[in-house]
Amino acid sequence: MKKLNIVVLAKQVPDTRNVGKDAMKADGTVNRGALDAIFNPEDLNALEQALRIKETYGANVCLLTMGPPRAAEIIREAMFRGADEGILLTDRAFAGSDTLATSYAISQAIRKINPDMIIAGRQAIDGDTAQVGPQVAEKLNWPQITYTEEILKLSEKEIQIKRRLENGVEVVKSPMPSVITVTGSAPECRTRNAKLTMKYKHARTISELQNENRDYEALLMDKPHLIIKEWSVKEVDADTDLLGLSGSPTKVKKIENVVFTAKETRRLGDSEQEINELFADLIKNHTIG
Amino acid sequence: MNNIFVITELTEQGNIADVSLELMTKGRQLANELKVDLEALVIGHELNGIENELYPYGADKVWVADDARLKHYLTLPFTKIAVELFKEEKPQIALLGATTAGRDLGPRVSSALSSGLTADCTELVIGEHYDKKSDTQYDQLLYQIRPAFGGNIIATIINPDHRPQMATVREGVMKKSIVGTDYKGERIDLDFNKWLSDEDFIVSIIERHIEESDINIKNASIIVAGGYGVGSKDNFKLLHNLAHVLGGEVGASRAAVDAGFAPHERQVGQTGITVRPKLYIACGISGQIQHTAGMKESAMIISINNDPDAPINAVADYVITGDLGAIIPKMIEAYHKNTK
Ligand SMILES: Cc1cc2nc3c(=O)[nH]c(=O)nc-3n(C[C@H](O)[C@H](O)[C@H](O)COP(=O)(O)OP(=O)(O)OC[C@H]3O[C@@H](n4cnc5c(N)ncnc54)[C@H](O)[C@@H]3O)c2cc1C
Ligand SMILES: Nc1ncnc2c1ncn2[C@@H]1O[C@H](COP(=O)(O)O)[C@@H](O)[C@H]1O
Repeated sequence: MKKLNIVVLAKQVPDTRNVGKDAMKADGTVNRGALDAIFNPEDLNALEQALRIKETYGANVCLLTMGPPRAAEIIREAMFRGADEGILLTDRAFAGSDTLATSYAISQAIRKINPDMIIAGRQAIDGDTAQVGPQVAEKLNWPQITYTEEILKLSEKEIQIKRRLENGVEVVKSPMPSVITVTGSAPECRTRNAKLTMKYKHARTISELQNENRDYEALLMDKPHLIIKEWSVKEVDADTDLLGLSGSPTKVKKIENVVFTAKETRRLGDSEQEINELFADLIKNHTIG
Repeated sequence: MNNIFVITELTEQGNIADVSLELMTKGRQLANELKVDLEALVIGHELNGIENELYPYGADKVWVADDARLKHYLTLPFTKIAVELFKEEKPQIALLGATTAGRDLGPRVSSALSSGLTADCTELVIGEHYDKKSDTQYDQLLYQIRPAFGGNIIATIINPDHRPQMATVREGVMKKSIVGTDYKGERIDLDFNKWLSDEDFIVSIIERHIEESDINIKNASIIVAGGYGVGSKDNFKLLHNLAHVLGGEVGASRAAVDAGFAPHERQVGQTGITVRPKLYIACGISGQIQHTAGMKESAMIISINNDPDAPINAVADYVITGDLGAIIPKMIEAYHKNTK
């Protein structure tokens, strides 16, 4: 089998799972600055699937992410765990994209890379939409297999997958190329590999090198594997009308913070008598019984 | 033209799924408000008489695509049928369940039509919108309201210029109720073969193992729910005992499900099931927003927690501070005493 070219789609997201007390401002709004930017959890499950294919069949694993310059962090993280290269899609024109505009931008980048398969996470925890994977597939006119838990068989031509449905599992087969989205119940991603971490520690985008104002540009030219590619709208030949706010059919009309409206609460102790009285009331007013 | 469509889903037994009937109910309300018709699309196999399950919910038209190859959900042919039908019928709103199938189909259809899609809405209402930039007034848009950012904010999403306005909704979020047993619509058998080619069947299902679960917390009128504070799967038995004597069901928080104390079908909350029982007893649940999002509409909430400041207390009618291991047996006893 020839060496497969796999693109893993991953997103850097605010850690919405750990919105602790300090992450909420006094007025009840989310203090985004206080949230860590993390590798979207299910995208790590996706990366693991790609790395398993690489081990079993041989593959080049490329991590593609669209986001602000600092999203290069997750590309390095993926390299520390076994990805071979990374591409950061970054441009002001991408800002404000909804899932449709995002998938258009990503699909344009994919056309340029021309991989054998795409592995995405099921959904990103910032929006919880689970739309980008299927929409990229549609834009490329590729089949999609969502909710992937395990890749059972793979050849250049065909892939067999176990999917996790709400009330069971399904085994499907699809021709290649295809888009696969991986759920959180798939195996967790391996941790960093010490050797790879050493090897890719200095991987940078050109903008990062410029910002750091450090003189190892020449060094990087001898070590091209340390260059993280950075693509703008121009490089992926995208139509700006289909990007950003103008390319997004959905608009956010309003954002409200979630505030608890405290009810009138009665507090009881745990004595037999108090619980007995509560139950007598519940039965009397037909809540139970 | 410009009606409201529900893309329905079928159960393993071939009936219309609850989530679709809930969407029909919501769709009927929206259709009345907009003074348009409500239409349903059913794709599957052996669909004789399926329209009769939809008429009572106010379906004016039921579009049916019946074929042996469509017995189980497949992305490509289902997308093709929905997209081609929508190109002809031009609905203004299209709703589908936020199920594994709906969340596979919705984005694909919306991408093909370049229309917007909002996942996992918790509320759908009609409203207006004024766009300053283009000085345009929009009168009757669908407000697609959903939690975002891990449930910490509630966002209202609109699609001003693209149609259909598409939204998915989870099972149990909308209420299901019929318009009338004598409501009648029209069944239209689609000539879908003109749209499909062999290309649409390149992905095939090799095996399926579907376990119909007999756990049904959504319709339970009493729920005894346990959280991470219950401590173990074994301790959950205590909750089952209480639920049993009260004639209720057992629910769980995600932390309890993740720890293996309870199966996923029992999870209440944003990524579980939304419930509105008469009585919700939360045992050892701290009450994070993702949990309360799925139960705060319960008519009465009792919280049992050894932390007097647990956030759940803010939504509870009664707070019992103490160890659930001691309190639950007292509740069982109190129930027997008072019903004798
Ligand atoms: C995107 C997203 C979606 C989510 N979706 C959901 C969802 O659908 N449903 C959901 O539930 N969660 C969901 N969560 C997780 C949620 O944020 C919380 O982590 C979870 O609800 C906490 O569960 P818990 O209250 O059981 O556990 P904990 O927060 O650990 O609380 C345990 C509680 O038990 C009490 N306790 C301990 N021992 C005892 C005892 N002996 N007697 C009495 N009380 C005791 C403690 O005081 C504490 O209040 C989601 C999170 C994210 C980020
Ligand atoms: N900006 C992005 N860059 C790269 N991949 C993305 C991006 N947004 C979403 N994805 C991929 O699409 C999946 C679903 O995202 P979402 O539709 O936002 O829930 C994610 O798990 C990623 O694999």
